[in-house]
Amino acid sequence: MQIPYTVAERPDTGVFNAKLGIWLFLASEVMLFGALFSSYILLRTGALAWPHGYTILNVPLATLNTVVLITSSITMVMSWVALRNRDFGKYRKYIGGTVLLGFVFLIIKAIEYGAKFEHHLYPSENTFLAIYFTLTGLHGLHVIGGMIVNAYFWGPGSKMWVTDPERFTNRIEVAGLYWHFVDLVWIFLFPVLYLL
Amino acid sequence: MAHVAAVAHTGNHHEHPLGFLQKYIFSQDHKVIGLQYLLTSLCFLFFGFSLMMMMRWQLAYPGQPIPFIGGLLGEANAPGGIMLPEFYNQLGAMHGTIMVFLGVVPLAVGAFGNYVVPLQIGAPDMAFPKLNMMSYWVYFLGGVTMLASFLMPGGAANSGWTSYAPLSVIATMGQTVWLFGMVFLITSSLLGSINFIVTIVQLRARGLTFMRLPFFVWSQLVTSFLLLLAFPPLEAAGVMQLMDRLAGTSFFMPSGLVVAGEVMPYSGGGSPLLWQHLFWFLAHPEVYVLILPALGIVAEIVANNTRKPLWGYNSLVYAAIFLGFMSFIVWAHHMFLTGMGTVISTFFQTTTMIISIPSVIILTALFISLWGASMRFNTQMLFALAFLPMFGIGGLTGLPLGLAPTDIHLHDTYYVIGHFHYVVAPGTIFALFAGVYHWYPKVTGRMMNEFWGKFHFWGSLVCMNGIFMPMFVQGLAGVSRRLYDGGQQYAHAQGVFHLNEWMSISAWMLALFQIPFIINFFLSSRKGRKVESDNPWEATTLEWATPTPPPHGNFTVVPEVHRGPYEYSVPGHLRDYTPQHQPEKA
Repeated sequence: MQIPYTVAERPDTGVFNAKLGIWLFLASEVMLFGALFSSYILLRTGALAWPHGYTILNVPLATLNTVVLITSSITMVMSWVALRNRDFGKYRKYIGGTVLLGFVFLIIKAIEYGAKFEHHLYPSENTFLAIYFTLTGLHGLHVIGGMIVNAYFWGPGSKMWVTDPERFTNRIEVAGLYWHFVDLVWIFLFPVLYLL
Repeated sequence: MAHVAAVAHTGNHHEHPLGFLQKYIFSQDHKVIGLQYLLTSLCFLFFGFSLMMMMRWQLAYPGQPIPFIGGLLGEANAPGGIMLPEFYNQLGAMHGTIMVFLGVVPLAVGAFGNYVVPLQIGAPDMAFPKLNMMSYWVYFLGGVTMLASFLMPGGAANSGWTSYAPLSVIATMGQTVWLFGMVFLITSSLLGSINFIVTIVQLRARGLTFMRLPFFVWSQLVTSFLLLLAFPPLEAAGVMQLMDRLAGTSFFMPSGLVVAGEVMPYSGGGSPLLWQHLFWFLAHPEVYVLILPALGIVAEIVANNTRKPLWGYNSLVYAAIFLGFMSFIVWAHHMFLTGMGTVISTFFQTTTMIISIPSVIILTALFISLWGASMRFNTQMLFALAFLPMFGIGGLTGLPLGLAPTDIHLHDTYYVIGHFHYVVAPGTIFALFAGVYHWYPKVTGRMMNEFWGKFHFWGSLVCMNGIFMPMFVQGLAGVSRRLYDGGQQYAHAQGVFHLNEWMSISAWMLALFQIPFIINFFLSSRKGRKVESDNPWEATTLEWATPTPPPHGNFTVVPEVHRGPYEYSVPGHLRDYTPQHQPEKA
């Protein structure tokens, strides 16, 4: 039994199965983060006092993290381009770089968290810190998820390059779409939590 | 059907035989997964019903020991067999949760959707078989988690199936387990809904355009979009409630909350209403998740047994799409009583009145489909025919609840319970029974017993109305729901209190009438009359073009579709039905 359109695009819809699947998944992710952002707006507009993010949080570190994540998005695209150009060695470098940049992001995030805990700033302190830890924590989990997938495609998953290179290229495209979304969420998180 | 039977012997793909575990437990075949969903959700349905039967004893005979099983409930729940209020609350919360999230939705979407949709669109399987398997097992895990919550200190979740904050935030451990269980169930439905949409969009057979899809497939497609987009906000809300409970945040905790004379140790500044908004943002579309697949099943069965095309197929499809869209902007009609303001109430009243239009279009189209038909009154048709007025009662009694002036009086009374249960119990569950009787011969190759089927139908119909009709009377008299003693202490309930006994007896009788169904269901798979052809109901849609039961991979020839889904009694055709895959008229 063969499921159709796992590799080739269906002519009348113009997509292969996994690509439609990941777009649908991202739509649900938009609703997940959308609900949290809406909660943020509702809590903030209802609050008597709300601290400015930059008075509590470390803006330079977060700016650095923004650069790190955007760079990782670029290396992600480059890994896909490398596969399209049939250059597997280059692909390994770029996808490995993407995973490493994910690590760098998490380490910087951990330093930020540690500094907060040192000053006894926990989620229970106030509603701002509650939403800060919830949103960045959930985003961090998404980063970890993406790193696991990318690491798999760097290591054992890359065997498919030999057996079915076209399908493997599709997989990297799909993983890339997810990684860009995780990046995009951060692009929203950064100004909302740190700058406003 | 001769040509299908002929290729059955020649066109089979030869694949490696699968071991028992891969074939029946960790199967990736959509049909086996559908059956796993079917059996699991039927068990949960009966379990959730059993919880309610215990509650109905307490409502009919408050403070009397429960006979037979009272001693088994444990001293912490029912000392001397007499149910404690805390235990009653647990049963109420878990009845709602289990029926909705573990019973009806997995049955309607997981079981029927999984089994029937790929067959009806002419696909070899779902688009992502591994995800499909994972979806079932994550659902199973969620179910086990929910059941395990009864063993927590303080018992299961007891803040109602809606888990309103701040009560749920300060509730016992069971609530945390409930939240984890919900995260599993949401994940499962997310995986399932992505799979359904991709399957329907990508794997349709050649020639099967969107407007040639059977209405059941359309209903599953719209349902999947509701699940995909409405569940994540509840997941977000669940994460926030977990943070409130475990990390001590105050998302849903207002400032200065005092419980039993003590100021709660929360920073405050949160909003209890936020939980309600996020919850109902899921839970209202969820109502349409409960009803749309049922409408799809009924449409299939009505067309098949009236031997006529569905009346107004296009309007049915557009109404279903519009219904799906509107269901995202009506949620706050559950919250008129919260004092969220008249402007917001007016908006949601208006959208609620608008959403009743597509529902009425669908129901009307199905009613008109009956006009002038010479019907076959088999068991599935009886269930489908009963569905129409029962769902009609449920829908019409909902109108006063959609308007704030009347809702303020009726809210949180038994009237609401009656309304909702008419939609879901003699509504959706009847349609699901109809689906079981309709597709049984395709799954097993044997028919279910007609006499016991009809016995099951008439008994269930009478008992269902015996339970839910008096609820309207009690509700209009002002009896609140969730009362541990059924309103015994309230002066205004005295005139209608005696109805509780009648309703409870109806509920227990309803359980008795399910026994012939259960026996019929299992016995017929071995002893039932064998079907003579692959298409015993002489239906037009593609699932009947497969061998019986369909093998792994479903079709022996890749089907090609040449016509719409309901070409029954077309003038000039030889037979009174023309299957979708039939090339020219016969």
